[in-house]
Amino acid sequence: MPRINSPSELEKLREEIKGKRDPNKPCITLCSGTACQASDSESVSQAFERELKRQGLEGEIDLRRTGCHGFCERGPLVVIYPEEICYTKVKPEDALEIVQSVREKKVVDCLLYTDPVTGARIKREPEIPFYENQQRIVFGPNRWIDPKNIEDYLFLGGYRALSKALFEMSPEQVLEEIKKANLRGRGGGGFPAGRKWEETKKTSREPKYVIVNCDEGDPGAYMDRSLMEGNPHSVLEGLIIGAYAIGSHEGFVYVRQEYPLAVENLEIALKQAEEYGFLGENILGSEFSFRVKIHRGAGAFVSGESSALMNAIEGRLGEPRMKYIHTAVSGIKDRPSCLNNVETWATVPLIINKGAEWFNSIGTDKSKGTKIFSLVGKVNNTGLVEVPMGMTLRQIIYDIGGGIAKGKKFKGVQTGGPSGGIIPEQYLDTPVDFDELTKLGSIMGSGGMVVMDENTCMVDTARYFINFCCEESCGKCIPCREGLRLLREILNDICEGKGKENDIELIEDIAETMRDASLCALGTTAANPVLTTLKYFGDEYETHIKEKRCPAKFCKNLIDYWIDSEKCQACMICLRNCPTEAIQGGKNLLHWIVQEKCIKCGICYEVCPPRFGAVVKLSGEPVPPPPAPGTEVVRKEGG
Amino acid sequence: MVGVSGLVDKVVDGYQRDKDMLIQILLELQRGFGWLPEEALNEVSRQLGVPLTRVYQIATFYKAFSLTPKGRHLIRVCVGTACQVRGAPLIRDRVQHLIGVEPGETTPDMRFTFETVNCLGCCAMGPVMTVDNDYHGHLSIPDVEKVIGVYK
Repeated sequence: MPRINSPSELEKLREEIKGKRDPNKPCITLCSGTACQASDSESVSQAFERELKRQGLEGEIDLRRTGCHGFCERGPLVVIYPEEICYTKVKPEDALEIVQSVREKKVVDCLLYTDPVTGARIKREPEIPFYENQQRIVFGPNRWIDPKNIEDYLFLGGYRALSKALFEMSPEQVLEEIKKANLRGRGGGGFPAGRKWEETKKTSREPKYVIVNCDEGDPGAYMDRSLMEGNPHSVLEGLIIGAYAIGSHEGFVYVRQEYPLAVENLEIALKQAEEYGFLGENILGSEFSFRVKIHRGAGAFVSGESSALMNAIEGRLGEPRMKYIHTAVSGIKDRPSCLNNVETWATVPLIINKGAEWFNSIGTDKSKGTKIFSLVGKVNNTGLVEVPMGMTLRQIIYDIGGGIAKGKKFKGVQTGGPSGGIIPEQYLDTPVDFDELTKLGSIMGSGGMVVMDENTCMVDTARYFINFCCEESCGKCIPCREGLRLLREILNDICEGKGKENDIELIEDIAETMRDASLCALGTTAANPVLTTLKYFGDEYETHIKEKRCPAKFCKNLIDYWIDSEKCQACMICLRNCPTEAIQGGKNLLHWIVQEKCIKCGICYEVCPPRFGAVVKLSGEPVPPPPAPGTEVVRKEGG
Repeated sequence: MVGVSGLVDKVVDGYQRDKDMLIQILLELQRGFGWLPEEALNEVSRQLGVPLTRVYQIATFYKAFSLTPKGRHLIRVCVGTACQVRGAPLIRDRVQHLIGVEPGETTPDMRFTFETVNCLGCCAMGPVMTVDNDYHGHLSIPDVEKVIGVYK
């Protein structure tokens, strides 16, 4: 491919690509994001290839492997174009029938999504409630693009914003547009991107750097990964536009090495962008030159913090520093360095193309545009969702997420990862944006949204996050390092039934010190999960401390497994599966657990057939005595 | 077979002997050896002209690096928040009970290295574990034994 040297050449190429593509030609798209790959979309892809070849349809039906579509719960996902017929949980053996149906313009009913409420089968992807209630402006193109093929991105108008910025706008105008759009950083902080860009731009020292932060470390969050894997050019285009506005000629993409597919697709995208002249010297024939390097992160949560990340890029320890001088002014090698998150950069081309006014028409007063959330946990429709800012938690969890899994009761939703908090039911109608969730003591953060039900113990959840931060704290400052260690000890004690009366006071005291005195945001916000659970679920702490009881029956040391003699049908299943031979009894003889031998692994509880439900968890009550050895079972009628 | 210094030489050259690339170089070596032998770290220090203390500082700070050899199979149990609320702790305990080592350790027969990870990014399958490159999702506690048994 010869490089493109002007905007008109770019549009000419785009027309050529469009000319080659027949909009009515059937295309089978297959989600190949990490989540679908984990459910073996690779084999499905191979099955389609074989089937198309076998039926001699390779020229008539296209096959495209795209990035993540978002509806991970139902993966691997297949969508047939132009009709947009969506098939879920597709297996390799379904390939034959699907290919046949495409050829005959029919629909494979049994693979369609079935609405759990109405029982109706839904044919078209946009009509599935999970998608219907979203507004996918940033994430949407993922489903049409083969991330390894730049032509797919160009077909959809890719790099038009770059061409517009370079040839129709001055750097100042680009900056002004981003400022007017009120684009706020999607990585969690919500700092206005335009102001950050301006700060770097105004700093006189050279060179200036621009950086993509793809060190997505929040457990239970994978928005940035899916965007980087599925549509890397959108991130690059945003970065190049930013570099032009700021006056930078060198950029970095910091991406976790734990995301091998993101690294791979990004490497390909970089190479293609260079070949086509979107990167390198005199981009698109303009005066502007810009290069990008990839830096793989080696696994440290704290390195996602901007100053720490810049240290890592220099090959040093990924530890943060005090930021009384912003990294926008003094970052990599003490040079002005502007860092934004993946989603923020990917939003930039949209704003340049459609204008700040359009962007301002979406969202709330102070939070504009959309946000991608990773909706996970005890929710029916796990996946990635993109909604306008201001949609309520209830709409996201119930209308899009389909409510709580297995008919359980909602208890709380954790937003913002380890720096966030847990929001209880009474605040489900809160609109989600940067400021509203902060008022509740949580944050919107980068977009993690973990739904919890009645079986989740809030004290244990707080302990989980503290333990996470404790392991990830770099240890540079004492409030964070020692505060977390102490909090972990106290919470461990509470979960193990060794909590003391004044523990809560102590927790609050330590949390306050950490918030006021820690060096970076990891430390200042680490206590949020504890503080919010104390605020909204304080009674659970009380029960753990005073009654030595875990209401959710989750904390191992506070529960006992027990077999209800009235329900046990002596089916031998738990007895055979118990790894420590703690279950006594026998054929036709009631089973019971020798408590001294029980390691509380939970196997008996899981294997006991639900129709018996004989194994139960007890907390805060004495274990009833076992039946007399050799007691015969009383069979249930029909059992 | 390329010796330790040979591989280090090749990798360091690939990064133009740039000191800023220390982390990237160690990542490549970790991938090549499966761990970071002392000899390799000495060699990196010598070839890059970076003090050995700094090489060790990096090699012990980041989680991607291991200073001990890894087992034949790598078991990773996801303990991300989504898996956590779906019962990952019991899966982790089950693995630990079955293979007899704690997260971060390798079995004495070098059959398994056991790790926990903070999110594998396939939360819909939770609780989930991987063995080498295979994903095992929607796990129940009794499943663990069957999964592990496959890898010799």
